Amino acid sequence: MNDRILKKLTLLAESAKYDVSCASSGVRRKSRTDKMGSTAGWGICHSFTEDGRCVSLLKIMLTNHCIYDCAYCINRRSNDIRRTAFTVEELVELTIEFYRRNYIEGLFLSSGVIRNPDYTMERMVRIAQELRTRYRYNGYIHLKGIPGASEELIRQAGLWADRLSVNVEIPTEHNLKRLAPEKDHQSVFRPMAYIGQGVLANEEERRHFRHAPRFAPAGQSTQMIVGATDESDRDILQLSASLYRREAMKRVYYSGFIPVNAYDHRLPALKQTPLVRENRLYQADWLMRFYGFKADEIVDEVYPNLDLDVDPKLAWALRHPEFFPVDIDTADYASILRVPGIGVKSAKMIMVSRKFGRMTASALKKIGVVMKKAQYFIICRELPVRTIQEVRPEYVRKVLTRKTDRGKSDSRQLSLFFEE
Amino acid sequence: MIVFRYDKTFEGLLTAVFDAYVRKQFPACLLGDQEPGPIFVDTDYRVLTDREKAERVWNGLQRRLSRNVCRMLMYAWFSEIEGCGLLLMQYMRKVFDSKNSVYLNFSDSDVLEVKKLAQKVSRERMHLIQFVRFQKAADGTFFAPVSPKYNALPLSLSYFSDRFSDQRWLIYDLKRKYGYYYDLNSVEEITLSENDRLPDVRLEDALMAEDEKTFQELWRGYFQAITIRERINLRLQRQNMPRRFWKYLTEKQTSLK
Repeated sequence: MNDRILKKLTLLAESAKYDVSCASSGVRRKSRTDKMGSTAGWGICHSFTEDGRCVSLLKIMLTNHCIYDCAYCINRRSNDIRRTAFTVEELVELTIEFYRRNYIEGLFLSSGVIRNPDYTMERMVRIAQELRTRYRYNGYIHLKGIPGASEELIRQAGLWADRLSVNVEIPTEHNLKRLAPEKDHQSVFRPMAYIGQGVLANEEERRHFRHAPRFAPAGQSTQMIVGATDESDRDILQLSASLYRREAMKRVYYSGFIPVNAYDHRLPALKQTPLVRENRLYQADWLMRFYGFKADEIVDEVYPNLDLDVDPKLAWALRHPEFFPVDIDTADYASILRVPGIGVKSAKMIMVSRKFGRMTASALKKIGVVMKKAQYFIICRELPVRTIQEVRPEYVRKVLTRKTDRGKSDSRQLSLFFEE
Repeated sequence: MIVFRYDKTFEGLLTAVFDAYVRKQFPACLLGDQEPGPIFVDTDYRVLTDREKAERVWNGLQRRLSRNVCRMLMYAWFSEIEGCGLLLMQYMRKVFDSKNSVYLNFSDSDVLEVKKLAQKVSRERMHLIQFVRFQKAADGTFFAPVSPKYNALPLSLSYFSDRFSDQRWLIYDLKRKYGYYYDLNSVEEITLSENDRLPDVRLEDALMAEDEKTFQELWRGYFQAITIRERINLRLQRQNMPRRFWKYLTEKQTSLK
């Protein structure tokens, strides 16, 4: 271990860092006497970098050599960057030693494509296998599925890894073709289907043999780049919704486009990463997964894009004043969950607490309800009746966006004034 | 004003609850043995910690509350904040006096307060799990100093003994001056005396394992490289990883070279 390894490590971390996923969740495995490590079930973030993102897994590339030439990727063939690769021993030792010092939850291995997808996938699988068998490593492993990898290799990967992921990257096929001529949606969706089938088959198998080895117990995830192409939020969210219908799909990640190859004119010249849009997409994603919203409710033909000034839940509420006000003391869980300012936790607490007596406004506030928003959408004892029905949605919108107006502008919209 | 004094242990607190019911008298003020009391005092009752009484109270609580809620009480106790004894006593009294499951009534201020306190401690426990950084010593022991805001170290032991079951480790709370040592079989509490060499935030070079510095350097390099410059958000970083932990974080130290 010396400077050479440090150089490799930083180089291959730089190459891997644009992948968003870092989740170490989804599987709980206690430690065993003959093995080293455990997984917690919920994710553990061991550090946070200066961009505020969590470091949970050792997110690293096996190599940044790549035969593909995808416009949005830093490791594309035509880029003049230093290329390097880890040996199996180096990567395994790094993982184990970092793990022992509580730096990381496990390994997230990705790779540039060398020779062909299967050749690459095979080498990645070998590392996972080596860790599990020779080093008795029992921590988390997330393996990236290479688009176009064969079913056999995906099956093997699932036996060693906790989570697998194949990235969609670009939401529509024609745009993917335009930016990454060597890829198509089929090459992404096919491995995804293999993973899904593997999980299903494994569930069936474990019903008969309780100790059958598990297949990708933490399921699969994927990611999409936002802002590199002209898709609307509606396109993106509808694709997400269909992805969530896939077997074992746990998370869809959204990655605000960062122009790493500014010279490529197929890509838009962004002044800054569309962070607000990315954030709104995650909020919309949450609404679909935990709040019982459908994609069509969040964005539709009339409003194909998410409102950047207000969160998607509030935006929905403002478009549907007829749904409100909701009576906190009698409404059902699903309706309470739709009130802006009430999250899953507070909704659950309201459901159990209201059996003991009526909920007062101050009690709601203490529970954690954001009354600034919620007050227009609920009736509860004590509250003056100035709900959205009386004051109209336009007024609510104005009041709630008043402060945030300043300093935030649509990054897709060029400003008339020069900064500084 | 009725004042109860106890020895500031959890058993003492449970005994105080027991005695209060026997005396049919509930304190407005729960103090440690030597703490100065309020200006006027009607009754100053000294609780004598009694294991049997404490157990009866705890069993009673366990009958009425789920395991999670009992654990929540323990967590709130480990916050060690001023007044948490009295708060817990009032909570327990409500549990014993009411017929229905009062622990779900979050519009009650005591119930909510205990829950919030337990949440704070639980968060601190999580912070320990996240941010403990082991340094490998020359004898192969992995050492980590900590100084959590609440006394959350005992609550996080199950994680460390489970995950790092095949390595010897020592986690030492520099603020409360005690720690836990795991010898590959069991975890035991230890207190270092003045005669021992007291541990510091960093292991001394002489005590460090040979390759320790290399891995620290590698981890620091990795941490720098994984940052996306276009997305710098220091506020978010501080929010997720409070400053008070930084002095123990390997990746936050300036280079050793």
